[in-house]
Amino acid sequence: MGTVAAHGLRKSFGKVQALDGVTLDVPDGSFFVVLGPSGAGKTTTLRAIAGLEKLDAGSVRLDGRDATADAPAARDLAMVFQNYALYPRHTVYENIASPLRARRCSASEIATAVEQMSSLLHIERLLQRRPAQLSGGEMQRVALARALVRRPRAFLMDEPLTNLDLKLRVEMRTELTRIHRSLGATFVYVTNDQVEALSMANQVAILKEGTVQQVGTPTEVYERPANKWVAGFVGSPPISLLACHAEGDRLVGADGWTLPRPRWATAEDGRALLLGLRAEDLSVEQRGDASLSGELYGLEPLGDRTVVDVRVGREILKVKARPTVTGTPGERLRVTVDLDRAHLFDADTGLSLSEVGR
Amino acid sequence: MAVSVDEAVSTGPARDNPPPARRLGGRGRSALEVALLTVLAVVMLFPVLWMIETSIKENRDVYAIPAKFFDFTVTLEHYRDVFVAPDGGRSALSVSFLNSVVVAGVSTVLATVLGVPAAWAYSRFAVKAKKDQLFFILSTRFMPPVVVVIPIFLMYRQVGLIDNKLGLILIYAAFNVPFTIWMMKGFVDEVPAEYEDAAMLDGYTRLQAFWKFTLPLLVPGIAATAVFALIFSWNEFVFATFLTSSDSVRTAPPAIAGLIGGTTTDWGLVAAASVVFALPVLVFAYLVRRHLIAGVTLGAVRR
Ligand SMILES: Nc1ncnc2c1ncn2[C@@H]1O[C@H](COP(=O)(O)OP(=O)(O)OP(=O)(O)O)[C@@H](O)[C@H]1O
Ligand SMILES: [Mg+2]
Repeated sequence: MGTVAAHGLRKSFGKVQALDGVTLDVPDGSFFVVLGPSGAGKTTTLRAIAGLEKLDAGSVRLDGRDATADAPAARDLAMVFQNYALYPRHTVYENIASPLRARRCSASEIATAVEQMSSLLHIERLLQRRPAQLSGGEMQRVALARALVRRPRAFLMDEPLTNLDLKLRVEMRTELTRIHRSLGATFVYVTNDQVEALSMANQVAILKEGTVQQVGTPTEVYERPANKWVAGFVGSPPISLLACHAEGDRLVGADGWTLPRPRWATAEDGRALLLGLRAEDLSVEQRGDASLSGELYGLEPLGDRTVVDVRVGREILKVKARPTVTGTPGERLRVTVDLDRAHLFDADTGLSLSEVGR
Repeated sequence: MAVSVDEAVSTGPARDNPPPARRLGGRGRSALEVALLTVLAVVMLFPVLWMIETSIKENRDVYAIPAKFFDFTVTLEHYRDVFVAPDGGRSALSVSFLNSVVVAGVSTVLATVLGVPAAWAYSRFAVKAKKDQLFFILSTRFMPPVVVVIPIFLMYRQVGLIDNKLGLILIYAAFNVPFTIWMMKGFVDEVPAEYEDAAMLDGYTRLQAFWKFTLPLLVPGIAATAVFALIFSWNEFVFATFLTSSDSVRTAPPAIAGLIGGTTTDWGLVAAASVVFALPVLVFAYLVRRHLIAGVTLGAVRR
């Protein structure tokens, strides 16, 4: 068992409201990712769950039992700290062994467990070194090993892969997913990297300024963002947002363009809206009836694809195109829009209107 | 030497600074600089040199006019007199040295044992009105000993701590606890709290986490602080003079001062006693130097 339920967490540091009513329900055995930009309160959330932060309000329940007042040691959790927090005077071996020593395991048990962990994370060579003699990536793996060496109720991981190079990060991503599956344990995983979030998570909670914006599967969060901020934060290149309003059977842009109004767009006429278009739902090639005209603004070749920046009125649309696409800035072109996959947001509240009619 | 409050506050952060770079790279000093430094060194060190010379001169060389700088007879009889009484037993001076060792040692241990955990608490926990409390603690060091010695004398008389080593130990500890808290808070602040957080998640209690993971990192800081406290207690003169009177309780500073005056003063003995008294301070000063340079965090916290 390993359910983690945090309800209405509030925490302020002086004038900064780090957590403003964060509620998370992490089911047993899930890989739960908390995704948010820097300063969103991700670390504070994890520390609150771990019992390291005294909350202003809210409760933490572990396996259904109220643990809000429990000491960290009593919560039976393991945590990978964002800054590793490896013990400087101890060797890597002693660092990894520490959770087992604290719980009075036998020396042979410890030796077996440390050996197993170090081979899993490829740090066998480093066992006798001290943290100061490790690279950032090595420290991060030692920190992971120290957490994974035990079988706690749940694992809390604070951006455990950010300091690895791209190749190692991709490798460790797969490795962590594999470890998660083989342990069947609960992971609460914090990151600001949406690729990590979307590729590893069973469930994602999106955090911004101490409030949860949306909780859902990676697909839900990507396909049906709850508001314009989530839509803009998840996805790369970021979604393009165009100001417009509905007028009869048309959507009329603030810059004068018109598109046929999608069937699901039930917003009343005249209300200020934002049309959200993801790069892959736009095209500079196909011909369709729904299209916008603009001029080429720039090309961003990314190897497997090219992102074409198209200027429509005063706004820039990011359009995904084949890597072979060419053009000169200033050239006029038409962008075809897949309106069935577009998003509409209320311009004032930012909330999604797409779900209502779909 | 009493450690001033300014030193206490500024020592912490200063530890990380590299030693000041020599302006001219050491070798390139101008002749003028060398000359000035030499004059300064001679002026500063002359009393020390004179003290050492006097302590090994025979009495008639001590009083010789003109003074003898080099061609005097070397003797160690003054050093013998420091430790051995004329009748062959233990001298009063040697008892006072022992008293100094006990009083300075015990008061320093007491101040450290009380001050280090307090510094840790002030560094780690949200204490109500923390700044005010810290300022209040510091303010107890604002007044020079002479100002408070009379009230303390009266209080001590009430509770029977006059002419009592415990009395001196308590007052020195009381003076050193604020110093220790301030100095150690700087050192504790430098040790990331995450080590303790990680230890608590490993399964240790908060106190175990402090004891096992933070305290070992504080050892250089504790050593430096304790040495300062020790030097303060060792050198302290005012309280020792007012609060003690008998030879069996007196510490060395008033005992040595007591040798001067009367009809004749045995300058050889005064000098020898002063040398013996100064030696530990010199050794400790050397230790302070080493420990202040030693960095505290060797750690693995990304900043
Ligand atoms: N100990 C503290 N004292 C004061 N402010 C703090 C403290 N810890 C966090 N904060 C503030 O609370 C907010 C949330 O911080 P938190 O560390 O949880 O962010 P984060 O989402 O983990 O960011 P990052 O991705 O940069 O690690 C920030 O504005 C931060 O400045
Ligand atoms: Mg963080």
